[in-house]
Amino acid sequence: MKFGIITFPGSNCDDDAVHAVVDQLGETAIRLWHKDHDLQDVDVVVLPGGFSYGDALRAGAIARFSPIMREVIEHADRGAPVLGICNGFQIACEAGLLPGALLRNADSRFASQFVTVRVEHADTAFTNKYREGQLLRIPIAHGEGRFTADAETLERLEGEGQVVFRYTDATGRRTPAANPNGSQNDIAGVRNARGNVLGLMPHPERAVEALLGSTDGLGLFESLLATVTV
Amino acid sequence: MTFRVHIHIVPRRGLLDPQGKAVNDALHALGFADVRDVRIGRHLVVETGGASAAAAEKSAQAMCEKLLANPVTEDFEIARVEAL
Repeated sequence: MKFGIITFPGSNCDDDAVHAVVDQLGETAIRLWHKDHDLQDVDVVVLPGGFSYGDALRAGAIARFSPIMREVIEHADRGAPVLGICNGFQIACEAGLLPGALLRNADSRFASQFVTVRVEHADTAFTNKYREGQLLRIPIAHGEGRFTADAETLERLEGEGQVVFRYTDATGRRTPAANPNGSQNDIAGVRNARGNVLGLMPHPERAVEALLGSTDGLGLFESLLATVTV
Repeated sequence: MTFRVHIHIVPRRGLLDPQGKAVNDALHALGFADVRDVRIGRHLVVETGGASAAAAEKSAQAMCEKLLANPVTEDFEIARVEAL
């Protein structure tokens, strides 16, 4: 199975994503450049973390208009999987692939730490190797991760089961202290209505081996592997 | 003709603006007790060609809708159009 990892100017987790796919999952990673117009028949597109275009204007606002995004949007429109991690989540929201926006953390601090996220739905292309309610220990590293949407959108996301990951404490309870950025409803990750685009602020690609302190992120990549028939 | 367009973009009212809140609190601490709310946004100065001031303003409006402002979280206003 082929994962296409896109590098934008300022991406800095593209190598981590390649490492997760190639060295831990044992699958193929194709490196794609933001100026490309060819996805090279990849099965899954990964929009990696980083600070594309130095977060000029808003995080993800400029990258969203990179040449390759035209093909990424077509890929998503065909129902093929797109995974947006951190800055990739911000880019996906700016591109309209996912609802909402990610604003500056409520306490204005850059948050770099391990968090606990709860798998809210295990019936998605991205989470079928997890159990519903499973708690994952995954790192975050962002200054603008406060998920925000209007009331109507939020209600729809909750009602349609599109909130895939939520911040909780280590025992799985939702508390203000467990929410690292002030996201509405403790939202850490959402999917689109069709279920083929997922965005999350935590970094599953940085939690794929014991040396990194957690292997809890690997299941997301394994889920995609189980979903996509090549 | 060339025009200089001044654009204000601010976080939408009702959304938490951490920078604005910090400044609001600092102003209160300095005795500006009448201050009720502060929101911090951006002031963009765009120089653009155009047939008329109205055309330049219309173009700036499109720039805001497409790129400069996030429709989910921000409001924008074309504050001024100057002929250069």
